[in-house]
Amino acid sequence: MNNSAKRTLKYLSLAVFGMFFFSFALVPLYDVFCEVTGLNGKISQSEEGASYESNTGRDLTIQFVSHNAEQMPWVFKPSEKIMKVKTGKYSNATFFVKNNTDKPMTARAVPSVAPSNANEYLKKLECFCFEEQFLAPGEEALLPVRFIFDSNMPESINNVALSYTIFDITNYNDMEMANHDGR
Amino acid sequence: MSSVIESHHDDHHHGPAKGLMRWLLTTNHKDIGTLYLWFSFAMFLIGGAMAMVIRAELFQPGMQIVEPEFYNQMLTLHGLIMVFGAVMPAFVGLANWLVPMMVGAPDMALPRLNNLSFWLLPFAFGILLSSLFMEGGAPNFGWTFYAPLSTTYAPPSVTFFIFSVHIMGASSIMGSINVIVTIMNMRAPGMDLMKMPLFVWSWLITAYLLIAVMPVLAGAVTMMLMDIHFGTSFFNAAGGGDPVLFQHIFWFFGHPEVYIMILPAFGIVSHIIETFSRKQLFGYSSMVWAMLSIAILSFVVWAHHMFTVGMPLAAELFFMWATMLIAVPTGVKVFNWVATMFKGSITYETPMLFAISFVVLFTIGGFSGLMLAIVPADFQYHDTYFVVAHFHYVLVPGSIFSIMAAVYYWIPKWTGNMYDERLGRLHFWLSFVGVNVTFFPQHWIGLAGMPRRYPDYALQFADWNMVSTAGAFLFGASQILFLFIVLKTVMGGKKATRQVWEGARGLEWLVESPAPYHTFSTPPKVN
Repeated sequence: MNNSAKRTLKYLSLAVFGMFFFSFALVPLYDVFCEVTGLNGKISQSEEGASYESNTGRDLTIQFVSHNAEQMPWVFKPSEKIMKVKTGKYSNATFFVKNNTDKPMTARAVPSVAPSNANEYLKKLECFCFEEQFLAPGEEALLPVRFIFDSNMPESINNVALSYTIFDITNYNDMEMANHDGR
Repeated sequence: MSSVIESHHDDHHHGPAKGLMRWLLTTNHKDIGTLYLWFSFAMFLIGGAMAMVIRAELFQPGMQIVEPEFYNQMLTLHGLIMVFGAVMPAFVGLANWLVPMMVGAPDMALPRLNNLSFWLLPFAFGILLSSLFMEGGAPNFGWTFYAPLSTTYAPPSVTFFIFSVHIMGASSIMGSINVIVTIMNMRAPGMDLMKMPLFVWSWLITAYLLIAVMPVLAGAVTMMLMDIHFGTSFFNAAGGGDPVLFQHIFWFFGHPEVYIMILPAFGIVSHIIETFSRKQLFGYSSMVWAMLSIAILSFVVWAHHMFTVGMPLAAELFFMWATMLIAVPTGVKVFNWVATMFKGSITYETPMLFAISFVVLFTIGGFSGLMLAIVPADFQYHDTYFVVAHFHYVLVPGSIFSIMAAVYYWIPKWTGNMYDERLGRLHFWLSFVGVNVTFFPQHWIGLAGMPRRYPDYALQFADWNMVSTAGAFLFGASQILFLFIVLKTVMGGKKATRQVWEGARGLEWLVESPAPYHTFSTPPKVN
């Protein structure tokens, strides 16, 4: 094998390793892309100290949707299914959860927003989806969400659905979970 | 293209070793090409037998022959075996046989790597097929193995599936590295890139695509492995991951993959149409540029496989237009093939019959692809038999017909014997009728709303499914005839001349038939 063939071989092998690592780089790239564009209904926590309050808000209808992931036995439902809010004003909502099993369990709620272009105007000050939820056997709780819609939101959006899916993560490695902030 | 071959009598000019060890230890590109082709044919028959199980079950509505769980396993293995076991190794086999002869090289650049990349394959597919006998059965999540079906809900054998995908990926990567190093460094003096035969060009581009995307596939299955066994959450929403991410990564591999399965076919068909039209190929350089643009575009269209996951309008429009753009270079190629045949003195030997039907039927598959690219229409067509009809039209009378055409075209060079022309034409017509009877009705039942991947269907689809099954068994049976024709040609037949075909051009037609064990030990000079 001559030198030029060796060089080609070297470059091609580097390309193979590069593409293998690129496939893993796609994972954070995908998250960043979704966060920047607000696609996929992924929600970022609102920035510290930023103010979205204003008095020029308009009416908006919020629908709350709850889902149980498969094999998640908890009772999980919004206290109010529909809520009228004003943009530029903070609103509070709650979700009812009950661990109706005889075992202590840990859960995580994964949020989603529809339509997805409403996502970038939604700011959550507080959300039960930011952290894990632990309930003892038979325990119940009201989980809060405090949110505000930026009044710059396009006029075309009059209805927004906030959806949460609750997953059983009791058996997940706690170290692993600590690395994920609620999104 | 003309060239001078110097006769030579080197000391090391020896024939093949004897016995089984010849095939295990060989580093000869012709031996390895033969191994690849036979392996691919065996996989074609196994994957085909699975297709027969699927079609037999669908002959009538209701569950007749197999359990739904087994049906899912057949569906999954049929797809995986045909893609990774039949079509891809067949093209690698053809590349092994032809690329060194076409560029005037004595062998592939990395002969030992070549041996390794072939001998990985039987192990990869042995592992995959052994999962049929495991507790919980073989993989049952479809060849696209979408998470979480392939992670949370997968049978335990999924780990063996992941391992076998790793091995076959390694094999493909080594094979393509070999092809690129050979083409870039071992061309005969005087053979510029733009003088290379189109099959060599098509394989150069294919090999680059493979190097770019097979590692991504390896990454995807590695992430699955970690999700299943090591507690990560790449594709698990409960842990902050995203199942849709799997689809993006899979199709980032998957779309270039479908061009990997068709580009070498473009090369083959160009050679055959040129030979039997007895004309020079129309628009050589536009053919090269068309293949390059198809290859580059293949990286920016992946999301058209997943329009229904809920993408924003802007992304849907982008992927729709980018997909439709591919019709332009593809149209250039079809135009060039037709223009090559125009006013040619055409004869219709078996390779030419397969090549012409490739052009016609692949174009039908291309048009249904354009229909699927239209976002609002895709919402209706998605996951129906229309999609099944589409990709079988581009893969069966596309890729597979081109492979059969190549076998008929070059087998006189490989064996030194002419195949039986009468039987070859019979094989063609049986396959041609079989393939159309099988897949054309699937367009209609798909448009009427029959979903894919189910072992049962609503009563209104019964008639066309019966027709489709009849066609499938005709197509399947005619491949036994193909096996017979190939074996008959290997055993004997009318002796082939050096040039074999009146209009054939290229370095491989200058060596004797059958091609000697070592060719072009001294490089030919290309003018």
